[in-house]
Amino acid sequence: MIRSLPGLAAFAAGLMGLAVVLALIVAPEDADQGISQRVFYIHVPIALTAYFCFGLGAWKALLLLWRGDERYDLESYVAIHQGTIFGALTLITGSIWAKASWGHWWLWSENQLVLFLTLFLFYCAYFMLRFSLEEGPRRARSSAVYALFGVVLIPVSFLAIRLAEGLIHPTVFTRGGPQMSGSIFATFCVGWAAVTLLAYVLYRVELAGKRVDTDLRELRELFE
Amino acid sequence: MTQGQYVAAAYGAVFVLVLVYVAIIAAKLVRLQRETAALLELARGREAAARRDPASAVEAPTES
Repeated sequence: MIRSLPGLAAFAAGLMGLAVVLALIVAPEDADQGISQRVFYIHVPIALTAYFCFGLGAWKALLLLWRGDERYDLESYVAIHQGTIFGALTLITGSIWAKASWGHWWLWSENQLVLFLTLFLFYCAYFMLRFSLEEGPRRARSSAVYALFGVVLIPVSFLAIRLAEGLIHPTVFTRGGPQMSGSIFATFCVGWAAVTLLAYVLYRVELAGKRVDTDLRELRELFE
Repeated sequence: MTQGQYVAAAYGAVFVLVLVYVAIIAAKLVRLQRETAALLELARGREAAARRDPASAVEAPTES
């Protein structure tokens, strides 16, 4: 099993390459949407990864409040930062797919879209809160409580499409399982694994950078 | 725009954003490298000063 960061990064790059080849060349063309359906292979994995990152950020925030270990503050912050990056990508790729398939960049009548935007903006405001407070235990606790509140929006956003009726946004994962053929589902799974691994590598890289930054700051204070 | 161009735009946007992220991380790495070098320089300067004048070195805590 690969554990080192360079090894994981190389594996993630290779898997991303494979996912793109499968999505753009190997996967069969959708009879209904045509070539524009190929955005599905990148848009849905990115959206699921954004949810996962926000969820991870909330979990780390809970651990901080529970155990009081300060390292969880940085881990929660980095996870939420990754979530906003993948959230922005979800909105961008979703808008492009919407324009190609429905003829609109955005539809305010779509609950799924509006709820995802709300979730995204909620976590964007997390950074405003965090950087408006002085560094220390108070900032860590306030940020953790805010991150925990946001996690409530994740199941709401995820289930909105299943609870509402008459939507344009398609539902492919129902109680009866994935509504797609075997090859399309396999391509989707490879894409999902690739995007999740990419997010994990970026999370580890950013976390390592932040920790080195903190250590250097402490070292500088010792010298002064 | 054709549907194929929209698909290319979606994948291109992901690629560009990840590339921008990597560029930001690389810029940060360069800054950390510069700061580490400055701290190393400072540590070497202090070590050299301590060799020249041992009295100027950081005093060890004394027992009262």
